[in-house]
Amino acid sequence: MNRFAELLDRLVLTPSRNGKLTLLRDYFRSVEDPDRGLALAAITGDLNIAAVKPAMLRALVVERMDPVLFGYSYDYVGDLAETVSLVWPQPQGHIPNHVPTLAEVVGRLQAASRSDGPKVLARLLDDASISARFAIIKLVTGGLRIGVSARLAKQALADLGKVDVAEIEELWHGLTPPYTELFAWLEGRAEKPRSAALALFRPVMLSNAVDDGDLAKLDPADYAAEWKWDGIRVQAVCEGGVRRLYSRTGDDVSGAFPDLAAAMNFEAALDGELLVGDPREATGTFSDLQQRLNRKSVSPKIQQRYPAFMRCYDALQIDGEDLRALPFAERRKRLEAFVGTLDPSRFDLSPFVAFSDWETLERLRQAPPHPIIEGVMLKRWDSPYLAGRPKGPWFKWKRDPHTIDAVLMYAQRGHGKRSSFYSDYTFGVWSGPEGSEELVPVGKAYFGFTDEELREIDKYVRDNTIERFGPVRSVRADRRNGLVLEVAFEGLNRSTRHKSGVAMRFPRISRLRWDKPAAEADRIETLQALLD
Amino acid sequence: MRASDLLKPRPEGLYCPPGDFFIDPVRPVERALITHGHSDHARSGHSSVLATQETLDIMGLRYGENFAGTTQAAAPGETLDINGVAVTFHPAGHVLGSAQICVEHRGMRIVASGDYKRQKDATCLPFEPIRCDVFITEATFGLPVFRHPPDHEEIARVLKSAAQFPERSHLIGAYALGKAQRVMRLLRDAGYDRPIYIHGALAKLSEYYQSQGIDLGVLEPATVESGSKADFAGAIVVGPPSAFADRWARRFPDPISCFASGWMRIRQRAKQGGVELPLIISDHADWDELIITIKETGAAEIWVTHGREEALVRWCELEGIAARPLHLVGYEDEGD
Repeated sequence: MNRFAELLDRLVLTPSRNGKLTLLRDYFRSVEDPDRGLALAAITGDLNIAAVKPAMLRALVVERMDPVLFGYSYDYVGDLAETVSLVWPQPQGHIPNHVPTLAEVVGRLQAASRSDGPKVLARLLDDASISARFAIIKLVTGGLRIGVSARLAKQALADLGKVDVAEIEELWHGLTPPYTELFAWLEGRAEKPRSAALALFRPVMLSNAVDDGDLAKLDPADYAAEWKWDGIRVQAVCEGGVRRLYSRTGDDVSGAFPDLAAAMNFEAALDGELLVGDPREATGTFSDLQQRLNRKSVSPKIQQRYPAFMRCYDALQIDGEDLRALPFAERRKRLEAFVGTLDPSRFDLSPFVAFSDWETLERLRQAPPHPIIEGVMLKRWDSPYLAGRPKGPWFKWKRDPHTIDAVLMYAQRGHGKRSSFYSDYTFGVWSGPEGSEELVPVGKAYFGFTDEELREIDKYVRDNTIERFGPVRSVRADRRNGLVLEVAFEGLNRSTRHKSGVAMRFPRISRLRWDKPAAEADRIETLQALLD
Repeated sequence: MRASDLLKPRPEGLYCPPGDFFIDPVRPVERALITHGHSDHARSGHSSVLATQETLDIMGLRYGENFAGTTQAAAPGETLDINGVAVTFHPAGHVLGSAQICVEHRGMRIVASGDYKRQKDATCLPFEPIRCDVFITEATFGLPVFRHPPDHEEIARVLKSAAQFPERSHLIGAYALGKAQRVMRLLRDAGYDRPIYIHGALAKLSEYYQSQGIDLGVLEPATVESGSKADFAGAIVVGPPSAFADRWARRFPDPISCFASGWMRIRQRAKQGGVELPLIISDHADWDELIITIKETGAAEIWVTHGREEALVRWCELEGIAARPLHLVGYEDEGD
């Protein structure tokens, strides 16, 4: 348990992906079964433990200590799980003679009935160290929130066994905690597990961005073009009555889209884009799609107003036949015939974009017929469906990004190689009537500049600091003083969280405008005009 | 005699009217008794200073030889008479030379703890609980959330991380007096025998600790001249926390920032400070140490100063011990 607790403590504070991978890999390598598999399940969200409500946790602790002292403590720390882990009074004279393993902790929590759950939890906390108490509370309150995605954990497994992460993703949904057979295979002690489970995820094929000069070397006749829809890449798999809707990384998202899942009454594995609206009438915008994202449960009202549908562009399997080795042209023919048999309010076909030369396609790309199109996809007619991102068969050719001139307002220190540099920038645009303009923050970006530019901005930040809050500095920014940043971004969403009412998607610094006076930066109205 | 007639807070610091002296005054005064060398307790410019020899040495290193008009060294456990008031310095276990000051007059004994801790520390004498009528305790970590783990466990985490990330350097932020030397000593006790690189701000004090027989092993200046970036791969570097936000830190390869402080108990504190590897190593008493110390002094009355007074006062009330916050100004709440 203590090793798992230590892992969580480290992961929470390690910002770099490589650092997290090292910590995870070392943990999986050094910890034995079944503890490591249970830890993996906890991180990927596949561990089932009956949840304890925060109110129950608070009740448990104030039975054991002065509520006033608990109140002071909670006020200071601000996080209930952390506060309880710190203040939990061990019973007088109680010296645990055994540190429970993660497996023992999970076993006792899973075996607890609803009524004796709190008592079991209290006994576990009595026996645990502070860090272990924190980990136990995180396990029972649901959601570790340690900044590690299931995908990253799988990558660490792939590193451990020196295999492709796609292999692990393909296996994943057929495996259950504590994944002993998976670790045995990764450590070369056993054959790759074969799964009898149905409706497994198939690792998806990804595309490369079109680079300068790429197209000149390619023959337009070799490629099909489709619109690139800015929805969510999904894979709909139905096999022997099991239905699963997977995200691009193999997470099961069926629960968030019950309306679409209900219409999946076929035997196939289809690849496509999840969008909202009715494909026969109108496709919803990105803001409409937002209404369906990041929700644990979806009300019938939301489902009705923003129905989910799938715009299909590939078929990996139909009626038990694996099509992935066939050329795209052939798969597409099968797909067209198959989609015709499905509910037309939930499934349609991603249309081709007709073109004869790259110039024509370029014109079409610049003026797409729908706001949720973010460019075009190019797919070689003869390409098989390959997991990962092979170079050559598929390209994405995005619409040029939007840019805006904004003023640097706050800078935050980075981590690791950037730990002594102010490298994360919050920027704003002008708002308010003429003569009393104010900057409103519209986004934050931490890449897009060169190392040399980073040094220049860092110096500027240090020389123009007006206030400090921990690792953040507020930078002089008014009509006469300020550094103008040209910020590129992919799109805008309405946001109730930001004062400006807008949130940028994928913002990055495209140019430093040392030459431009701050007063000439853009106004909020310019951004508002881009909404929808 | 009433306790409040023996010691009372004044803007300059804690004042003893019958003895006519101040304890840890924050402004220049005629006669100052100083508990330890941290700059918020030990200031320059007093006419006369009474402190342990180590504290006087440390003040000399920090402020120059003429930091006070006259100085007098107090030997631990030896009672001095100041205008009829009996004054005794006792070890406080905080940093090298740190002392509690026991003041006794007409049957009333008050102990001003200064800053103290109870965890073992190889760089200074251990705290001695003194029976008294009134105990003046610090409360830097006076909340039940502060529970310091054993320091050797924290040091083991740095060494484990250094083995896990051999291509990176580990930068340990630690206050220049006391904490830095304790961290170095702990590294040595854990068997770390490579040179430890130190920031220039630590050089004089670390040298002084070594001269007092506290072995810190081989210390190298963390200068660019002494090595290229690659030479610092796998290195452990100790410096004042402020230096790590500075351009100074750029000489190290992909550093992991560590901070040795009791504040690191709170995750959000670590996160806000950009600390990747928090080390909960404190020179102040944690909650458990505070309450055990209060009990051991047997004091009927507790005065609580710099820190989170309210929780400790509350605890005393629950235990039936009279307690009140003593509002002294000028001490850094955050220093650890």
